[in-house]
Parts: sequence; C-alpha cells; structure tokens
Amino acid sequence: MTVTAEKLTETPTQTPLVTMRLWRGDATGGCFVDYEVEASEGEVVLDVVHRVQATQAPDLAVRWNCKAGKCGSCSAEVNGRPRLMCMTRMSTLPPGEAVTIAPMKTFPILKDLVSDVSFNYVVARQIPPLAPRPREADGTHRIAQVDIDRVQEFHKCIECFLCQDVCHVIRDHEGNKAHFAGPRFFVRAAALEMHPLDTLDRRPLLRHHLGLAYCNITKCCTEVCPVGIKITDNSIIPLKERVVDGYFDPIAWLGRKIRRKPARTPVTEPLAPQATAGANGPRPGRRSPGEA
Amino acid sequence: MADYDVKELDVLVIGAGGAGLRAAIESASLGARTGVVCKSLLGKAHTVMAEGGIAAAMGNVWAEDNWKIHFRDTMRGGKMLNNWRMAQLHAQEAPDRVFELEEWGAAFDRTPDGRILQRDFGGHRYARLAHVGDRTGLEMIRTLQYKAIYLDDLEVFMECTVLRLLVEGGRVTGAIAYWRETGRFVVFRAKATVLATGGIGKAFRFTSASWEYTGDGHALALWAGADMLDMEFVQFHPTGMIWPPSARGILVTEGVRGDGGVLRNSEGRRFMFDYIPPFFAAETADNEAEADRWYDDKRNRRPPELLPRDEVARAINAEVKAGRGSPHGGVFLDIASRRSAEYIERRLPSMYEQFLELADVDITKEPMEVGPTCHYMMGGVRVEPDTCAATVPGLYAAGEVAGGMHGSNRLGGNSLGDLLVFGRRAGAAAAEFARSAGGLGPLDEAQVARICADALQPFANEQGESPYELHRELQQTMQDLVGIIRTESELAEARDRLVGLAARVPGLYAEGNRQFNPGWHLAIDLRAMVAVSTCITLSALERRESRGGHTRDDYPKPDPEYFGKHNHITRLEEDGTVSVHAEPLPEMPPELAELFEEATVS
Repeated sequence: MTVTAEKLTETPTQTPLVTMRLWRGDATGGCFVDYEVEASEGEVVLDVVHRVQATQAPDLAVRWNCKAGKCGSCSAEVNGRPRLMCMTRMSTLPPGEAVTIAPMKTFPILKDLVSDVSFNYVVARQIPPLAPRPREADGTHRIAQVDIDRVQEFHKCIECFLCQDVCHVIRDHEGNKAHFAGPRFFVRAAALEMHPLDTLDRRPLLRHHLGLAYCNITKCCTEVCPVGIKITDNSIIPLKERVVDGYFDPIAWLGRKIRRKPARTPVTEPLAPQATAGANGPRPGRRSPGEA
Repeated sequence: MADYDVKELDVLVIGAGGAGLRAAIESASLGARTGVVCKSLLGKAHTVMAEGGIAAAMGNVWAEDNWKIHFRDTMRGGKMLNNWRMAQLHAQEAPDRVFELEEWGAAFDRTPDGRILQRDFGGHRYARLAHVGDRTGLEMIRTLQYKAIYLDDLEVFMECTVLRLLVEGGRVTGAIAYWRETGRFVVFRAKATVLATGGIGKAFRFTSASWEYTGDGHALALWAGADMLDMEFVQFHPTGMIWPPSARGILVTEGVRGDGGVLRNSEGRRFMFDYIPPFFAAETADNEAEADRWYDDKRNRRPPELLPRDEVARAINAEVKAGRGSPHGGVFLDIASRRSAEYIERRLPSMYEQFLELADVDITKEPMEVGPTCHYMMGGVRVEPDTCAATVPGLYAAGEVAGGMHGSNRLGGNSLGDLLVFGRRAGAAAAEFARSAGGLGPLDEAQVARICADALQPFANEQGESPYELHRELQQTMQDLVGIIRTESELAEARDRLVGLAARVPGLYAEGNRQFNPGWHLAIDLRAMVAVSTCITLSALERRESRGGHTRDDYPKPDPEYFGKHNHITRLEEDGTVSVHAEPLPEMPPELAELFEEATVS
C-alpha cells in the first residue's frame, strides 16, 4: 500500500488518535484487532471505521448506506451496545478508552462487522400484507390523521434489526428463531393490525406461529430502537391484549357467538413458512448459492 | 474458463430503489419471471433518503391544481429542456401511482377531511407533495418492498453488483455480476433488462448520496452502446448540512422552506429577494409581507426561498462568496423564529433528530447552517418516453438513471413520482418485450470470461494504488472543477485529469480475498465513476451557456437561440472515446405549447 495517513487527513490541525478495537474474521472464527487512527471533531463511529478502512484495512467489511440514520444498514455492537454506527458520535464514548465494535451477535457472522440478517427477510414474508377495505364512492380512502398516527410511528422502522439483535428470546436461544418473529415483526404485524384500512385478523398467526407469548416485555428492544418506536408499549403489549381478548375474554367470546360472521378475516397459517424453493429458488434472494 | 453461476429470467431489473421495485412489481404482475439485483440489502436503497414527498396534482389541498399546471411547473423548472412527453406522462399519471401506494399500505399524512395531505415545495404552484412527515422515501420503499416480496414471479438477489451488460448481436441479453458476500460471479440471462440504478453522487466530495451512487447504470448503458442524454446537468441541492465536517452534505429537506423556513445571511437579511431571476419574477413575491401571506393565500406570489433548486443553490453560493456566509461557510436556514416548536417537531421530525444528534443544534430554537450539496443527476440514459426503452434493444431505464424527464433542473418532489410512473412503464414494456422476444439470446462464454478476468485484475496486481486514494482524488476533481459553478479552463483541466485517473484505474490494488471486500468493490465501482465523470465533463464543456444545474462563469446567461433548443447526446465511440453532439429538442404539440404562452394557467 502506498497510502499514508497524512495524505488522507481531512483537516490540517493535529487530531487525537483513538484506538478502534474491531472484530475481524468470518464464520470460521476471528478476534478483535486494535487500530490506532485519527478522529476529528464531530465525527461518528462510522467515520472513524471508514478511516481505518481507507488507511489500514482496505478489506474491512462493514455495511453502510446513507450515513444519516435513515437506512438502518450500519448496525453493530459498539462497546457492547447495539447501535447504528452512523448515529453514534465519538464524543459520546468514554475518552481515552478503546472503542470496541463487534457485529450483531444474534445473526451468523459473514465477515468482520457484517452479519447474515436473512432470517429477517424470511420472517417478513410469513405475515400476510394489508388487505384494504374498498374505496369510498368518490374513489378516496378517508382516514383521520389521528387514526393513522400510530401506524406512522411503526412505519418509522428502518429495519436496522437492532431490536432483533438485543432480544434475548433469539439472542440467547438460537432454536427459538423457528417459532419467534422478533420485535421488528411484531411492529410490522401491529402496523397491519392497526391500519385503518385493513380487513384481516392476524391474531391466530401471532399466537400460534409468530411466538408473541415468548416476549416477556423486558423492553430491551424499545431501548435500542434508533428511531424511537415504543416497540413494547405501543405494539407488543397491545397485540398481546388483542390476543387475550380474542381467545380468553368470555364476553368477547359471547359477542363472537352472537355475531354472524367475524368483522375481520382470521389468518391462521403463515405465508410460505419456509423460504419457498419454487421455480426461482429460495427467496427473497439468498445472496449466494454455494452456502447453507 | 471462468467459474460462474447462471440464472435465467424473462426480465432482469438492476436496482431495488423506487424505480427498480416498481418496475419489478409491474413486470412480475404481468407474469414475467423477474429478478431484481441490488447492491445492498433489500429496503436500503437510496430512495429511503427522500424526504419531502411525491408531487402529484391530486388537488386535495388546492382544488385548482391539475396535471397541466404540474406539467408546466416541471417544464419551467427544467428550463424547457425536459422531454415534454415524459413531463406530460409524469404529471398525468403521478396521482394514480400515489393512490396505488395508499392501497398497498402507505400511511400518508391526511387532510382534515381524511384525504391525502399535500405540502408546498419549490417550483410547484400549488401544495402538491403527498408526504409522510419528512420521511416519504422510507415509506415508499417499504411499501414497495412489502408489495414485492409476496409476488411469486419476483425474486430478489441482494448484495450483488453488476459488472457489465451482456450484448449479443446489438441486443442486451442480460448482465454479469458478482455476489458481494463471496466474490463469486453470476450471469443473469434475460430477455429484457431494466436499469434502475439511481445516480452518480459519489463522484463528488460533498454529496447527499450513499456509497451505492457510483453511476453504475449510466456506465453500463454507455459501455453497451446506448445514447446518454444531457449528462452535464447535475443538481446541487441548496440545503445540505455543512457542520460538523463529518455530516457535510447530508440533506436538509426543502420541506423546511415549504413549511415556512427562510434563508438568511450573516447580516440576518432574507437574501433570496436579491436573486429573483426575470424568468420567475412574475410569480415570485418581491417583499417579505407578500411572501409570508402566500403560505395561507395562494393569490399572493411565492416566497423566493421556494424558487427552483438551481436558483437557490447559486444564490447561497454567491452570498458565501461575497463574505456574508455563516461561520462554517454556508448560510442560515431559519424556521425556529417562524413556526412553533410543536409544528416543527410534527412536520419535520427527522430533521429535528438529525440536527440534534449530529450537530447539537435544536432547530426549534436556533437556525441551521446549510450549503449546497451534490444531490441528483438529471442527465442519463436516453429513453423512449412511453416505454423507457433505451437506444439499444432489450434495454430499458427508469428513475434517476434515465434522462429527459427533468430537463436541466429537477423540481423537488418530482423524483419520487418519476420513479413510480416510469418504473411501472419500464416494467410493463420490458415484460412485453420479453414475451415477444422468444427465447434467451445466446451466451458468449468468451465475453463472460473476459469480464470476469477484468474484474479480478485488482487481485492480480501484486501491489499498486489504493482505490480509496483514487476515489478521493476523483471526488476532489469533480467538486473543484465540475461543481456548482463551471468555467472553460477548469472543465478542460478536469477533462485532462480524468484521462490520468482513468489510466490509473487498471493499476488499482485490492488486498485480501474476494469475500466481502470493500476495497475491491470500490476499485470496480471507480470504473463507472470515472466513465460517468468523463461524460459529465465533456458534455459540460460543450454547453456554452448557463441553464438549470449547469452554470458557466464564462457564459453566465442562457442561450435561447441554440442551446435552449438542443439536447446533448453522449456516447461511446468504436475507438473508446466519448463523443458529444447536439440534437434538436423534440417538438411540443401545440395544445401543450400554448400552456406557456398564457401568463398564468388556471
């Protein structure tokens, strides 16, 4: 390599060196490696990781896109806490100490700071999408802002999967992934269930296939959400209440007996419970055919 | 012989942003086996960064609005260089595309009577942008993503980068790509191919673009022999963050101004009143009192802060140059003194968060420091307006990678509509082409082997130059010499420097192995960035006038007689050089032309 650190310095003034302790390796193993690197005023962790990449470790694998907290690509565990690297300012970390960055632990490691998050894309497909009611006679859907506020909160989700990463149901118990959708997809289910236009009832699915009951509301997911969705209070607990009302509330049970047909169409089976291997192969888009 | 996988498809879509996903949804819904290739994970494409909204003349807020007024605004914003047919189709079809997103679950902000709310934006006569706070792009991509994943005929190939289009007998027959994760090659054999790769922002130093914006689709089309249109027109968004340095370039939505924010210089003056061009004087307020009344009563003229982006970016540039800038070299964008904290937090939640987290600035209490940032590529693949067909059979282009729709300057809010309207049209036309095409084209294994070997060159170079350093030099060159204000001598210098940079690309060196190796990926991306930068520079040299996103210090005025009547076509010649020539604009039919003769349209 012909590049020197001086050539890439952004500002003429002397900037302090920091130690970045980055996990390097792949599925077969790896370890933390220390890099001494400059950090300038106002920088975020991702800036400094990029400087390591540009000056010392050109093959350092790290996912990122927008660098503005909007795409949810650069998720990692910074000093042990699941965070977006692009929204973690260096000045918020303890000065003089090494900054330790590891890939998300809940998912298999691909390389360095990049993990295989395909689990999430498989779960996503199991939840049936919106089935909207018909439009009004004038061709519009009429929805009051107050009725769409909650759905808009859930739609803030940037799919960084930090909530999935921190959730102990799957973080500590790999086997649970087969029958537990995780906080991200409870938010997705809640966004559909609470959508003013929707006509489906996904409670049977949530109870029997998506593992809603496994959540014991420790609120870790809410704490790490970078866009501030109240995952536990506003999505998971209301979903749990709806399931309880639907299955165990005697008055609701009586109401259903009296009413001729349910207001919403119940969904009892997940869509494509496994990644379907149709004519086109597995979906959505496993990256590489050579792997398990 | 090269080792690669083969996938067979009817329609290959390259890119999974708004245009790519909409194209794929249409193609798969028509029964074509469709594959979408994206460089990142699904749902991370640059469309998520779009903030303000989707311009569509639905007339929910101002019943007076209609497609003709939207068409007129679009053409005038593009300084009449737009392809009139694309601007017409866009204005006519955008409302239906918005209603379609609503049907698929998009949760737009609502009017008091429950319909889709629309907001004001620069260059639009009426409040026209359907939006979700200031994160409309996220809503759009998530809605399209969750429409696409349930379609049986649609398959997504994530973290996969296309190297070259395959061309057989003058027809595009697919593409060759590599999986980022493993570095292995894959050939997509397809009857029709849709480019939806977005823009070129990473060729510039200060940009609102993500790493993916390396001009891949522009370069793929150029290398395949397609015509490129008006490549000199690059939009610098007037308001990017400028402090701290690491946040420089990150977008500050035009919605801040649409919702009442104003620009001030270091003397506190609303300087935009000093920069109202004659072209827009009749419709722009010349005093603060009238400008402020406009937000509630559209019989007043528009505030000059809401002039098209090229005008505002140039004005900011001039103020900074005149020594009236903010401490870090921008100007002040002030909404704190004009709207309540509650209003700002409700209308602009992600701007509020962005400034608080990245710059320690509370935008409900103090002004933002902003300055121009490279934002959008108006130029792109020359397409047939109704079908999005490129000039090479079997190839289609939609969204930012396509040229023509926006002329020399894009209006805010017209990008998201563009993605949907022309994404759908490209998908439909590609599916139809595939249906009538019969079988797959032949596969030239020698061609594939050559491309694979070429891609692996950075590993074969036992040592050499860092791609990161070359990228930095390219960005600096484009920023300094082909930026917001251009001049003959600097453009010529850029042209020469680009020749030097292009010569260094084959010598780039990649350390490590093929598995998820960003240094290697950048070495490959640089080929496209250098090619596209060359097109921009050469086309800019030829346009000896100032128009829209192209401002020439040595030709400061528009030239209505010649350049105002010509598009620039850029293409790769047999000898490997890039040529530029002018072509007369397509003639607008009289019923549309007369819209521009009246003082106002009602």
